[in-house]
Amino acid sequence: MNTVTPPEYLPESSSDTTRFTRHFRAEKFDFWSFFFSGLTGLATLFILGILATILLNIIVNGWSAISWHFVSTIPKKDFFDASTTGVLPMIVGTAFRVIVMTIFVIPVGVITAIYLTEYAANTSLITRIIRAAVNNLAGVPSIVFGLFGLGFFINFVGKNLDKLLHNANAVWGQPALLWASLTLAVMTLPVVIVATEESLKAIPPGLREASLALGATKLETILKIVLPQALPGIMTGGILAVSRAAGEVAPILFTGVAYYMASLPGHLSDQFMDLGYHVFVLATQSPNIEQTRPILYATVLVLLLLTFALNIVAILIRARVRKKLRALG
Amino acid sequence: MVETLIPKPAPPAAFAAATPAGAPFIEIEDVSLFYGASQALKNISLKLQEKVVTAFIGPSGCGKSTLLRCLNRMNDLIDNVRIDGAIKIGGHNIYAPDVDVIELRKRVGMVFQKSNPFPKSIYENVAYGLRLHGVKAKSDLDSRIEECLRASALWDEVRDRLHSSALGLSGGQQQRLCIARAIAIKPEVILMDEPASALDPIATARIEDLILDLKKEFTIVIVTHNMQQAARISDQTAFFYIGELVEFGPTTKIFTNPAQKRTEDYVSGRFG
Amino acid sequence: MGIHRGHKARPGEWLAEKFIFLVSLSAILMVLLIFLFVAREALPVFFGETNTALVQKPIPPAEMDKHSPAELQAYLELTPAEFAKMDKAILRSLMEVKVEAQNDIPEDFRNDPDAKINTTEWKYLLRPHQWNNYNKPEYIWQPVGQIKKFNIIPLFVGTLKVTLIGLLFAVPLAVGAAIYVSQLARPRAREIIKPAIELLSGIPSVVVGVFALLVMATVLQGLFHYQTRLNAFVAGLALGFAVIPVIFSIAEDALTSVPRAYTQGALALGASRWQTAWQIVLPAALPGVFAAAVLGFGRAIGETMIVLMVCSASVMSWSTFDSARSITTTIAAEMAEAVNGGPHYRILFMLGALLFAATFVSNMVGDFVIHRFKLKLEGKK
Repeated sequence: MNTVTPPEYLPESSSDTTRFTRHFRAEKFDFWSFFFSGLTGLATLFILGILATILLNIIVNGWSAISWHFVSTIPKKDFFDASTTGVLPMIVGTAFRVIVMTIFVIPVGVITAIYLTEYAANTSLITRIIRAAVNNLAGVPSIVFGLFGLGFFINFVGKNLDKLLHNANAVWGQPALLWASLTLAVMTLPVVIVATEESLKAIPPGLREASLALGATKLETILKIVLPQALPGIMTGGILAVSRAAGEVAPILFTGVAYYMASLPGHLSDQFMDLGYHVFVLATQSPNIEQTRPILYATVLVLLLLTFALNIVAILIRARVRKKLRALG
Repeated sequence: MVETLIPKPAPPAAFAAATPAGAPFIEIEDVSLFYGASQALKNISLKLQEKVVTAFIGPSGCGKSTLLRCLNRMNDLIDNVRIDGAIKIGGHNIYAPDVDVIELRKRVGMVFQKSNPFPKSIYENVAYGLRLHGVKAKSDLDSRIEECLRASALWDEVRDRLHSSALGLSGGQQQRLCIARAIAIKPEVILMDEPASALDPIATARIEDLILDLKKEFTIVIVTHNMQQAARISDQTAFFYIGELVEFGPTTKIFTNPAQKRTEDYVSGRFG
Repeated sequence: MGIHRGHKARPGEWLAEKFIFLVSLSAILMVLLIFLFVAREALPVFFGETNTALVQKPIPPAEMDKHSPAELQAYLELTPAEFAKMDKAILRSLMEVKVEAQNDIPEDFRNDPDAKINTTEWKYLLRPHQWNNYNKPEYIWQPVGQIKKFNIIPLFVGTLKVTLIGLLFAVPLAVGAAIYVSQLARPRAREIIKPAIELLSGIPSVVVGVFALLVMATVLQGLFHYQTRLNAFVAGLALGFAVIPVIFSIAEDALTSVPRAYTQGALALGASRWQTAWQIVLPAALPGVFAAAVLGFGRAIGETMIVLMVCSASVMSWSTFDSARSITTTIAAEMAEAVNGGPHYRILFMLGALLFAATFVSNMVGDFVIHRFKLKLEGKK
C-alpha cells in the first residue's frame, strides 16, 4: 500500500504553499457583489433618511409654536392669526369621531375574527369569500369610502331616517359625526380583524382542547379561555385602527367635517372640525404662507403626536403580549 | 332546526350505576374511523372493565390515540372525520344522536400528552371545571380543590401558592395539576394520552403511583408507547398495529405469553 | 348504528354560532354596499340619462298634457317619489321655470355651437372634441361655466402620471431595501429597521403632503430648475414616499418566506450573500415581489391628500413637470361644489366607481399571486 503522499499534493518548494492557501482565500475582490450590496444598503438608508427628515422637519418647526394656549383654545373664524388661533375643537372633533368609530368597529371586527379562527372551515367557499372581502376592504381608496359615506349613510340611511322620524329639516340626511365615524369603522374593519386573528391564532390549541375535554362548550371556551388571552392583541388592533383613522382626511371630507364650527360638537348629528383637515386647510388656503407656517407645523405636530403616541402604545402592548404567550410554550 | 327546540332529556344516571356487576363498562363495537378517504381504525371491538387500568400500546401511528379520543368524542373537533360503529359506556351508545357531548365530557375526562394548564392561577385551573358545572360557593370550591390536589399528590407542594400562576410549576407538577383539574368534576372514566412522555423519570414515577391510586375510584384508559410503563401500571393491555386491534388481555399474559406472534415481536422489542 | 356526528344541540350554542356567522358576513356586505351605492349615484350617466345641453327645447307649459307622466318626470329631472308628490299647479310652475331658464341664456351662448351638446354623452367623456374657441380637438375637464366639459381622459392621464412617477421611485427603493433587510443585513439590524420603515406608513398622508408642499417643492425646483413649482413630479415623489412602506412590507415578507434551505445551499457552494440574494432568493420570491408592486400600485392610484395638496390644475399634459389632477383629487376637490344629484355630482361618483373597480381588480390580482406563491413554497400547487 502506498503510504507516501502522491507528488501532486506535495508542495514542490516553499513558494508553492500558496497553492493551498489560494484555495481558501477569495480569488479576487468581488466588486459587483460589494457594489450591489452597498446599493441596497443605500436604499435602506435613504428610506430611513426620508423618515427622519420628515419627522425632524416637523418637530423642529412645530415645537416652538406649540403651547398650552394653542391646544386649548377655540379659534375664531380667521385661522391664520397666530395670536388667537387654537386647535381645541379640532382635537375634540378628531377624538370624538375616533371614539364613536371604535364603538362600532371593535365588536364587529372581533366577532368576525372569532368566526374565521374558531368556527370557519378553512376550505369552505364562504370562508374564502369572507377573507377575500376583508382583503378587498383593506385596499379600497379612502376617497371611495368618502363617496360610500355620502351615497349610503347620508343619502340613503340618513334621508330615510329623517323620513321615519318625520324631521322637517334634514337632521340625519346631511354630513354628521355619526356618519363619518361609521364610514371610518368600515374602513378600519380589516385592521381590527387581522390583529384579532393574529392574536387568536397565537393561542396554543392545547388550551382549547383542555377546556373542551372538561365539558365546556365551544362558546364557553371562547369566552372564558380564548378571548381573555387574546385581549391584548385585540387592544393592539383597536389602537392601530384608531391611529390610522385619526390621520385620514379623505373619508371625512363629504361625510362630516366642517371648515368652521363655532362650538364643540355635542351631538351625533353635528358636524365637527378635524386636525388633519385643518392641516389641509392651513396649507392650501392660507393668504400668507410664511405667517401661517408656525401654526401649520404646530397643528401637524399635534396630529403626529396623537397618532405616534398611539402607534407606540400598540407596539409596546404587542411586544408584551408576545412575551407572555411565549411563556406558555 | 326543530331538534334544537326539543329540551334535552334528563341526563342518564351515572354510567356505572347502569352497569350490572361484572358486565363490561366500556364496549367498543366494530368501530372504524376515516380521515377523509384514509382509514385510521379498522373494525375495533373491545370491552373494558370498570375501575381497571387498561393500557393501549403499539408503534407510532397505530391508532391508539385516535381510539382514545373516540371515547370522549374529541375526534368530533376534526374536519372530515367519519366514525362507524358504536361505543357504549355504561350501556349507552355515546354516538347516538341524542347524546349531549358536553355531558359526556363531564363523565369522561382527559389528560393530554403535553400538559396544558390554563394561564391562570393553580386555584383557578382546578376551579374552572367546577364553575362550569355549577359549583359556585367559595367554601365548596375550596374544599373540592383541596381534595383534588391531595388526590393528585400535589397539595403539599402548592398549598402556599394556590393563587400563583400555574405556569410557574415544573412539568411534572403541571401534569399533576391537569390530572387534579380532570378529576375535580368527578368523571367516571379518565383517559390519559401518554401523560408522562414529556416528563423525567422521577416525575414519571410519581404519575404512575398516582394512577395506581386513582384506579380505586376511576376507570382509567392510558395510551403509552412505553411498554415497561404499561407493564407496571395496567391491569389489561390492548396491542394495536396499523389501525387494527391485534390482541387484548390481562397485562401479565400480553407481556409474558402473548397469543399473537406480532404481539410477541413488539413486546420483545423486535420492532417498534 | 352508523355515521353520527350528531349530538344534542344546545340551543344557546347554536344561536350564538349563527349570530357570529351573520356578523362575519358583514365584511362581504360592506364591499357589496360600497360598490352598489357608489355606482347607484352614477348610473344615470352610464345609461345616458343625463342631459347637460345648454339649449334644450323646452316643453311649453300649455302642452303639459300632451306628454306622459314619465316623460314629464324625466324632463323635469325629478325622482318618481318627488314627482308623485306634486300636483298639477306645482308641475306647471316648474315647467315655467324651465322656459324662463332657457330664455335667460345670454345671446352669445345661445349661438355657441356647443350649446346644444349633451356634454355627458360617452363620446364627450372619452374622446377629444374641438370646442368653440379652441383650434383643435382637445381633452378638457372643466366642469364649471355654462358649457361644462367632462372629458375624463385628463384625469386618467394625471393619475397615471403621478402613479408612474411614484412607483418608478418607490419600487426600486423599497425592493432594494427589502433585499437588504431580509438577506444581507444582520438579524439584529433587521429588528430595528423593519419597524422603522413601517413607522413611515404611520405618517398620515396630509403630513406627507405638507412636507411635499413646503419642503420638497422648493428643494426640487432648486435642483431641477423647472417652471411650475407644484407639479406632477413633486406629487409623484411624495406619493412614492407614502407607498414605499407597503411595497417594502410585502416584498420583505416574500423574500423571507423563501426557505432557508435555498440560501444555505447556495452559500455552501461558495456564493456571496449578494449572489445568493440576486440569483437564488429573488427569483424564487419574484411572485411575491410582483404582488407587492401590484398592491403598491393599487395604493398609489387611491391616494388623495398628497396629490390634492401639491397639484391643483387640471392640465392635459404628458409632461412630468406640469401640474396634474388625478381622479382622486378631482373627486375630493369638486364634490363640495357639485349640485347633489346633478350631472357633475354623478360623474364624480362614476369616477369613484371606476376607481373602486380598478383597485378591486389590482387587489384580487395581488392577493391571488401571493396566495399561489405561498402555496408553491409549501410544496403544494
